[in-house]
Amino acid sequence: MVQKIAPKLAALTALLVSLSPAARAQSGWGEINMPRGVTMISQKIYDLHMLCFWVCVAIGIVVFGVMIYSMVVFRHSKGVVADTTLVHNTRIEVIWTIIPVCILIGVAVPAARTLIQISDTRNPELTIKVIGYQWGWQYQYLESGVSFFSKLDARSNAASQLDSGIDPNTVPNYLRDVDHPLVVPVGTKILLLITADDVIHSWWVPDLGVKMDAIPGYINEAWFAVDADKAGVYRGQCTELCGRGHAFMPIVVDARSKADFNAWLDSEEAAQKPGAPAQATTAAPAGAAPPTPAQLAEASAVR
Amino acid sequence: MAEHTHAPAATSPAHAVHAVHDEHDHRPHGWRRWVYATNHKDIGTMYLVFAGLMFLIGGSFAMVIRAELFEPGMQLVDPQFFNSMTTMHALFMIFGAVMPAWTGLANWLIPMQIGAPDMALPRLNNLSFWILPFAFTLLFSTLFVPGGAPAGGWTLYAPLMVQTGDAFPMTIFAIHMMGASSILGAINVIVTIMNMRAKGMGLLRMPLFVWTWFITAFLLIAAMPVLAGAVTMLLTDHYFGTTFFTATGGGDPIMFQHIFWFFGHPEVYILILPAFGVVSEIIPTFSRKPLFGYETMVYATASIGFLSFIVWAHHMFVTGIPLAGQLFFMLSTMLIAVPTGVKVFNWTATMYKGSLSFEPPMLFALGFLFMFTIGGFSGLMLALVPADYEYHGTYFVVAHFHYVLVPGAIFAIIGAVYYWLPKWSGKMYDMRLATWHFWLSTVFVNVLFFPQHFLGLAGMPRRIPDYAVQFTDWNMVSSIGGFAFGLSQLLFPYIVLKCLRSGEPATGRVWESAHGLEWELPSPAPYHSWGEPPSEALIARGAAH
Amino acid sequence: MAQAHAPDSSKYYLPHNSPWPIFASVSVFTIMLGAVVYLNDWTGLWSIIPGFALLFTMFICWFHTVIGENQHGIYNLQVDRSFRMGMLWFILSEVMFFGAFFGALFYARILAVPWLGGEGVKFFTHFILWPTYEGTWPTNGPAHIGGNAGSFNIVPAFGVPAINTLVLLSSGVTVTIAHHALRQGKRGMLIVFLAATFLLGFTFVGLQAHEYGESYRELGLRLSTGIYGSTFFMLTGFHGLHVTIGATMLVIIWLRVLRGHFTPQRHFAFEAVSWYWHFVDVVWLGLFIFVYWL
Ligand code: HEA
Ligand code: HEA
Ligand code: CUA
Ligand SMILES: [Cu+2]
Repeated sequence: MVQKIAPKLAALTALLVSLSPAARAQSGWGEINMPRGVTMISQKIYDLHMLCFWVCVAIGIVVFGVMIYSMVVFRHSKGVVADTTLVHNTRIEVIWTIIPVCILIGVAVPAARTLIQISDTRNPELTIKVIGYQWGWQYQYLESGVSFFSKLDARSNAASQLDSGIDPNTVPNYLRDVDHPLVVPVGTKILLLITADDVIHSWWVPDLGVKMDAIPGYINEAWFAVDADKAGVYRGQCTELCGRGHAFMPIVVDARSKADFNAWLDSEEAAQKPGAPAQATTAAPAGAAPPTPAQLAEASAVR
Repeated sequence: MAEHTHAPAATSPAHAVHAVHDEHDHRPHGWRRWVYATNHKDIGTMYLVFAGLMFLIGGSFAMVIRAELFEPGMQLVDPQFFNSMTTMHALFMIFGAVMPAWTGLANWLIPMQIGAPDMALPRLNNLSFWILPFAFTLLFSTLFVPGGAPAGGWTLYAPLMVQTGDAFPMTIFAIHMMGASSILGAINVIVTIMNMRAKGMGLLRMPLFVWTWFITAFLLIAAMPVLAGAVTMLLTDHYFGTTFFTATGGGDPIMFQHIFWFFGHPEVYILILPAFGVVSEIIPTFSRKPLFGYETMVYATASIGFLSFIVWAHHMFVTGIPLAGQLFFMLSTMLIAVPTGVKVFNWTATMYKGSLSFEPPMLFALGFLFMFTIGGFSGLMLALVPADYEYHGTYFVVAHFHYVLVPGAIFAIIGAVYYWLPKWSGKMYDMRLATWHFWLSTVFVNVLFFPQHFLGLAGMPRRIPDYAVQFTDWNMVSSIGGFAFGLSQLLFPYIVLKCLRSGEPATGRVWESAHGLEWELPSPAPYHSWGEPPSEALIARGAAH
Repeated sequence: MAQAHAPDSSKYYLPHNSPWPIFASVSVFTIMLGAVVYLNDWTGLWSIIPGFALLFTMFICWFHTVIGENQHGIYNLQVDRSFRMGMLWFILSEVMFFGAFFGALFYARILAVPWLGGEGVKFFTHFILWPTYEGTWPTNGPAHIGGNAGSFNIVPAFGVPAINTLVLLSSGVTVTIAHHALRQGKRGMLIVFLAATFLLGFTFVGLQAHEYGESYRELGLRLSTGIYGSTFFMLTGFHGLHVTIGATMLVIIWLRVLRGHFTPQRHFAFEAVSWYWHFVDVVWLGLFIFVYWL
């Protein structure tokens, strides 16, 4: 019977071994767990994930342990005779109803706490409207009016054509790169107002702990704040089936120091001033004229 | 083939006048026997054969998926076609393979287990089966129409689904037909159980398979019409200008998801509850010990059935539903682990101090027990909203539901066939081969689906035909597991056919410590199971506990 | 329950093999095919006619068989009970079907429309996307879909709908009186009240059709008039369809009464139809309250 769980044990061992950061190598083999991420929320999510994982492992060890014990010890082939009187025991059944309830409460409490923090979108320092469409993203920095589209980069696009003959391994960041990344400052609470133009999409960057559906005609809110010392490039993908190009609408977030960000924003603003052809017009749903900073401030007050 | 050892036909005068020509020994022959069938065993057989066929087709679609995902880059199919494969795979597996397989088993077993001659409404029974081949012909033919087969996922989310080409109404109507079929089937099961039990077969004496199906039938009657409503709204949104799922008209795309999952979550328990029943029959037999906590099992099943109607939004945690909703649905979902846990513990307690042997049905039941629990654990993780923000829409979810569906539902179906096949056919199958079937399936199903946990956690979204290169290795492992698992399944029809052709004769009891009315019948069971109701003594002997 | 003269309940009637179920499947399939080719613009609406013709033929044949068997006294009480239970559970599934549409109505009224109008948690939805929209019910949405140049009027509750409520409620009463008459063997009364029931039913359908005409011509209220039009017409439309089916079944039952098919003890078909009729009645009450009135 031991062979029965061998594959699982092996996989589990692999999982345990790889939990050490050192083992999480570049190779795909090492990529077997959720990243800890670079925001307070993503780290809480990671901790919750690991908590629940270990709880399950512990329960699994007990439950599977008893099963395996029974399978090994109480074998017909060893001449064991069944104890047919053992058919009911209210006390033990109550116990194994109550214990799981307690365990579940123990997991639910931290989950609810984290969830409440995730839902707290108040007092953002920067507001970006994110619009999904088939197949790419549009970003509008509401305070400054800067706006641009972000699509799969040309090299990935070429390589991902059917029978392109291009080996994806030769393309840097295959399917995870865009022409125009979303640039954000670190250490800043950024509010995303997420919507879509055609069908439902979903904006997901694992390292930021943000996943939120983009729904045409509605706006969902999500927020993140990259840890101040974690400037870097973080990649994600659309995670709601949105048609033929669903696999091909990645998200790249370039988190920079505040100074670098401001410099970038200024130059974008200059480039997009009237006269310079605005990139963003077509994709936004009805009534899409972005609100002015004054209106935004008023909005935070109203809420 | 017909058995004469059993009690002769019950003939009321009216029968004699009108219905005598298809009494026990005069079963109809030729194609009419099947096409005009009213016998529960014939209909059950058709259901099972149909389900097997759909499993092969749905599995072939899965093989296309796994082949395309073997390595990054697009090698075999167009992305749109890939999405069609994903969609069709799920629809064929859920509505074509698992649900009809359960209805087939219900047909074969419930009358035998409750001491009835047949299902309560035999002609309705025929109708509910014969809708299915037409429904799936319609669905299958979408592969050949302009615009291709539906590609919006089995969840059919608006507004993406509305972009489907000519296949759109075909898909909708196919789903309507499948829904009608399963509603009629469920009505039949409920009425049979309520009205056809032999005298002395009290509700709390019914075998657990009957109980779980009873509750499943309630779920079906409550859930399937809601699906019909949801797809009807899709249809009118597409063709008649309604705006249920369009914000500009005051609707909401998320409304579709609420209605869909109000059906969809009970649906997944529709797929698994009968499996609980099967496992609750097999484990006691091969532990040589009555089921531990029979009544608790009944109540646990009922609570799972009830809870399944108030957890649906756990599929929608990232759609922006309000915080209070998220909290409610998180807690109610987690609660389901409690009655399910009670079941797992009771099965374990049944084995404890038993006298276990490991014939193929028991092996599949044990495989179910281990791997369903693993799937349940990942379900519990998914229920935690913050964590679901990372899991949702990734292969972690795919891993979760395949663990509960493949080594869950499918293993239970296979186990059930290995358990009751000798009773149905009167012949034994090749147990050695069946044991091989089990081990190959178990090893490869894990090779197939366990790595998908890793892929999901590492960030691979589901429903994508192409992926970033760091996901290559585990996808290759998974695909290899998939091909091997698929090939191993070919053993199954081989074993069954070999048994039917040249199996050794089986005894009536088949398994030495099997309990229940069906084992009191000879093998093969007579054409009309209990023409004469079983005596109360017989029922008491067979009672599950 | 036990009726002395009924066939022995301990024996179960096992029906013949029957061609009608497969006939039914084929008819349904033909209807679906007809609808598919119509919706995909390959043919006109006539393409659904063959399927319906088959379906009606099937119903006539199947019912003919069953009624014939029943008249021969083949069914015992257990069969009767199976039929009853089957009908009840079928009605329950119909309730759930309507439940889906009521769910859509409540969702739109309680959540979606207020959100679009700026109430509740979806603050920015209104603020950024639909700043000028006031989420009041009835509505055809922020883009004012359908209607006469974007505006429409609704059918007031206390006009035709109130009359229709009375019509349908009194038909519920008449069918109950008919049932009592049947049980007491008062044939004349049975015939009159049953006839009154389906006449009321058809009156209802007629008034409803009139109201629909009015809505389309004058009120600017159509199926495509945003979420209000969608929920209004889908709910009342499916209900009207059920009333039509129910009234037709009442006519059939009435004809059977004229032929003397039912006895005071055994009249499953009558009961089934009257249950169905009550169900249609109750659904209407829900409609009247939530669609027309509140
Ligand atoms: C047979 C089918 C089946 C079954 C039985 C289940 C069972 C469960 N499922 Fe699963 N699920 C699916 C089929 C199924 N699921 C499918 C098909 C999808 C995806 C649909 C799609 O999007 O396409 C899905 C998706 C899905 C999601 C959505 C994920 C997402 O999209 O983001 C969630 C979230 O909560 C979830 C949760 C659960 C839970 C909590 C259970 C519980 O019932 C599990 C309970 C069992 C146990 C927990 C194990 C045994 C218990 C013990 C040993 C007791 C002690 C344990 C504890 C106290 C932890 N499931
Ligand atoms: C009961 C339901 C059920 C069952 C049994 C299965 C069985 C399998 N599933 Fe499926 N699956 C779903 C239900 C099910 N699945 C659902 C609901 C989805 C979600 C869809 C969506 O996102 O909308 C899904 C999605 C899904 C995906 C994700 C697709 C995507 O996101 O794009 C994958 C990928 O690996 C997959 C694989 C498999 C495999 C390899 C099997 C195997 O177990 C199949 C094995 C069987 C056979 C292979 C057939 C028998 C053998 C032959 C015919 C011989 C020939 C074989 C060879 C050539 C090797 N499934
Ligand atoms: Cu956009 Cu998937
Ligand atoms: Cu669910």
